[in-house]
Amino acid sequence: MTIPPYAELLGLSIEPGEHAPTLVMPFAMDVVGRPGFLHGGAIGGLLEMAAITALEQALATQGGGRFKPIGLTVDYMRGGRDKPTYARGTVIRLGTRVANVEAIAWQDDPDNPIASARTNYLIAR
Amino acid sequence: MNEDDARTARRFDPKRLFEGRFAGHGATLGIEYHNHGADWAELALPYAQKLIGAPATGVIASGPILALMDMATSVAVWLKLDLFKPHATLDLRIDYLRPARAGRTVIGRGECYRITRSVAFVRGQAHDGDPDNPVANVAATFMAVEGYR
Repeated sequence: MTIPPYAELLGLSIEPGEHAPTLVMPFAMDVVGRPGFLHGGAIGGLLEMAAITALEQALATQGGGRFKPIGLTVDYMRGGRDKPTYARGTVIRLGTRVANVEAIAWQDDPDNPIASARTNYLIAR
Repeated sequence: MNEDDARTARRFDPKRLFEGRFAGHGATLGIEYHNHGADWAELALPYAQKLIGAPATGVIASGPILALMDMATSVAVWLKLDLFKPHATLDLRIDYLRPARAGRTVIGRGECYRITRSVAFVRGQAHDGDPDNPVANVAATFMAVEGYR
């Protein structure tokens, strides 16, 4: 999978998964907000990339398709510290015209996320 | 007092905040100061290759616009307080009304319309040239760990 320039800016690497890939974002100055903590925008961007890659994988099993983001809601639960951050999306519903996708970001334990997102996409098959 | 004097009489200066910054996510994205008022701030996100999310069209990813709006609304809180207070985004909702056109600078305007003891409520819009034709709409809240007042 080739990654777009913005994903490179975030430093993302992609680990394949059965239902959706897991994205890894190293802690680096490029994604820092206040000193010692990840920027909320970088966490939001990571969650969006996780949702997008999960949807791409789900669409690929159905012959592919293009999609556009409609909206995104992010909940920030704890500060992102100086360690790698992981994120994975889950396609909640893949309809003919709309997909609902959730994503979580975590550092130590996926059951203890630092942030989560709900996002909707318009699909053009 | 004219508008410039009114600005310099204030304690929190967002322009200085961005001039003094040299590293971090905002600097990497190229986000700059644009304009501000008593409870609002406008930041600029100039178009750049490294922001692209869709290489086929050259359209920038939605993540940088989310970061732009997170920062513009955050600065709006400090303007309304007229004080810098460490705080964190609690939640942020963004609607992507249309893609930003390739090559255009995106302007993000954030406004703080209410601050309670520990939560600040903000809203904002982003556009790529015409404020009446926005690319994104945002509603968010921030929380100050030690309280806003």
